[in-house]
Amino acid sequence: MGEYSILIGGKAGEGINTAGLSIAGLFSRLGYRTYMYFDYPSLIRGGHNFAIIRASERTIGAHRTPVDVLLAFDQNSIDNHRERVHDGTTVIYDASQVVRAEGYGLPLDQIIEEEKAPPITGNSAMLGALARVAGIGREVLEDVLRATVPAKHLEANLRVAGRGYDAAGDVFTVEPLGVPALPVLTGNEVTGLGLVHGGLDSYVAYPMTPTSNLLHFLAAHAQDLAIKVLHPENEIGVILMALGLAYAGEKAAVGTAGGGFCLMTEGLSLAGMSEIPVTIVVGQRPGPSTGMPTYTTQGDLHFVLNAGQGEFPRFVVAPGDLEEAYAWSATALMLSWKYQVPSIILTDKTLAEGAYSFDIGAVRAPPDREPALWDGTGEYRRYARTEDGVSPLAFPGRKGAVVKVNSYAHDEAGITTEEAEDVTALQEKMLRKGESLKAELATYPVVKVYGPRNTAKTIVCWGSEKSACIEAAEKFGARVVQPLVLAPFPVRAWKEAMIGAGRVACIENNVTGQLARLLRQQGFDPGRPVLKYDGRPFAVDELEARLEEVFA
Amino acid sequence: MTPEQSAGRTAGGLISPAQNTWCPGCGNFSIQHMMKSAIAELSEEEGIPLENFVLLGGIGCHGKLVDYLNVNSFYGIHGRSIPAATGMRLANPDLRVICHVGDGDIYAEGLDHLIFAAKRNSDITVIVHDNRVYGLTTGQYTPTSPTGFKGRSTPGGVTEHPLNPLEVMLAAGATHIARGYTKKIRQLKDLFKEAIMHRGFSFVDVLQICATYFNLTDYYNEHAYEMREGEVETGRFESALGKIREWDYDREAPIPLGTFYSVEKPVYEEGFQALTAGKPDRRALVRKVLEERQ
Repeated sequence: MGEYSILIGGKAGEGINTAGLSIAGLFSRLGYRTYMYFDYPSLIRGGHNFAIIRASERTIGAHRTPVDVLLAFDQNSIDNHRERVHDGTTVIYDASQVVRAEGYGLPLDQIIEEEKAPPITGNSAMLGALARVAGIGREVLEDVLRATVPAKHLEANLRVAGRGYDAAGDVFTVEPLGVPALPVLTGNEVTGLGLVHGGLDSYVAYPMTPTSNLLHFLAAHAQDLAIKVLHPENEIGVILMALGLAYAGEKAAVGTAGGGFCLMTEGLSLAGMSEIPVTIVVGQRPGPSTGMPTYTTQGDLHFVLNAGQGEFPRFVVAPGDLEEAYAWSATALMLSWKYQVPSIILTDKTLAEGAYSFDIGAVRAPPDREPALWDGTGEYRRYARTEDGVSPLAFPGRKGAVVKVNSYAHDEAGITTEEAEDVTALQEKMLRKGESLKAELATYPVVKVYGPRNTAKTIVCWGSEKSACIEAAEKFGARVVQPLVLAPFPVRAWKEAMIGAGRVACIENNVTGQLARLLRQQGFDPGRPVLKYDGRPFAVDELEARLEEVFA
Repeated sequence: MTPEQSAGRTAGGLISPAQNTWCPGCGNFSIQHMMKSAIAELSEEEGIPLENFVLLGGIGCHGKLVDYLNVNSFYGIHGRSIPAATGMRLANPDLRVICHVGDGDIYAEGLDHLIFAAKRNSDITVIVHDNRVYGLTTGQYTPTSPTGFKGRSTPGGVTEHPLNPLEVMLAAGATHIARGYTKKIRQLKDLFKEAIMHRGFSFVDVLQICATYFNLTDYYNEHAYEMREGEVETGRFESALGKIREWDYDREAPIPLGTFYSVEKPVYEEGFQALTAGKPDRRALVRKVLEERQ
């Protein structure tokens, strides 16, 4: 089976992320499925950035430690990755910067000077050299550059890429697969598109890694997608603005990470009490506090499950790949409106900023759901008590309706009350709403199962770790069970998925085993924890080694 | 039937059945009744449908006002009315969005939002019930309490100087700035109407009597005066600043009431209106964005 791993490394500001995406584009052109892990410290210039691009004939979403080609802009890119280099690895390096390396040295300074090209075109020289060693034709290389480089810089990039191509030699041949190319998108981008599919009118956010790029993507496409994109003074303003939009009838979503979500929690509780729909994208990054802003974790599960004072129903989903991110972002928004509850889409840096081949054809179309609207008869009561707990919506400006929402305990009309009977009815109405949501979710794929069912070995995981788990499971013939919806917890679907589970390993990117804790709360045995908490996702081979401990 | 009678009938219908729990003599009564009349009159005179008014309340005695009026309302959380108001105005340009906020509510807890709404010239109205004390939490100093104020959290007297909120608003870029007083109700109603009709961010600081914790009735009656026509050039920053500085909420000085500043600037929300106009088929737009990424 054809499968390739490429590492490209250099300093921040050298365009490693963009170069990595071009490499993914090169393989995508030939019909390969690609995945890119981008590792970068929280700084703007200097440091060490690298991207690992993996290409395969089948769908992938995780990297492996060894690489077939290492592209090094500096000495760190050689020295920091010695464990990835093996006999078959081809090293291509910038001979103007790297002093100790074996492989193809490209005199980038000289090439750039001779071609009178800007320094950033050095990336194209690397791309050219990669195409050559991988046996990828010049025409494919030029095609990729045409698709990614702005017109006014295209000629210079083509010249420099050609120099890189000529400077390297033939090493192996990546065969075209003869299947259509898939676009390469990040989790942030696809989450944004999924929200729009679900009916998004406005996106509101304050920048915070790893969801800043969701803000940037939607802002850049606000006109293309006919949405408003707003960036107010802080995350408190963000969620309140979203609630104001929704109160007046526009579907709004917000995005942040743990720290920003801390600021949003009072607004979250307000959304719960006032029953105003809002969808919140929380991208996890390692804490506590500022932690490691540009790295990954699964450390905020219990935070999003429990955030906000008081008790109110909420919907929490943790997609693990692009197809899930698309479908469930749409669903989260629609369910938030149908049940007038906050929806939380829990991602992490791995998924949010990782780039993957996106096959929209593989997306299981989310069922369309509409909010319950007031029919205009009788006196409007915003919190009218109904059997399913959902009160029909009207928006201000609607003739004949006075729409009163309230953060205090309130009666059906929305007026503050502290009467025992009213308050009891209010709490029970919210409870019924949560039960209705739970009942509806029984028809959704809330727990996914992959691999054979009969081997008495099971890997439990959630979120972005699913791809590494699915690959690693093959080595052990294990089943993989992934809960997508974490609140309301899908008890029945979980029981079914775990029948005959046998020995269970619970894989998480955190230090205390948060899914395991949730499973225990629900009365399930989570099995043996396999945890990683260095801010990096599991490489497939690394996970295989850890699973030996459980399954051997 | 004269317009006034008609508006009076409308105003009567704007009282909700909620039981009023303000202290006897509270300044909030004046604000409530003048806002009710302002809405009724604007509805009659300007043809603004009653259903297009939205009142927001923060947390504090002032917030109860939104329960007491039979008007669309968003009874939110402490200090956070303003971004919600901007969201409403973004969603529906026909709405007249009015924030009732307290001095602790918006000058302490939510000052950031107040400054940014002024900075972006959000087309909303902010009415501050400035009684210069926390009432609902039973008597602590606020950002506009005078130096030396003995509250329950500062029994020895507060050592900080108060903010002059009008000066803060002018510096932040507010396009309409006024001050009223709960014992001058006719002027108060006119100030409310003028602020609601202003295109852009309008701000009215209302000196409000707190009958229980900080009754400044005598002080205000002695010092407050209504500015005469032309006493301040409301289109000039420097003129407004000079008049705003006549009293700093601390030292003894005459207290001018009325409109200090009123200018036109581009409205924040209008920059976003075209984006979501019509009923775009957004799923087709999503497909198009994806096709361009092939």
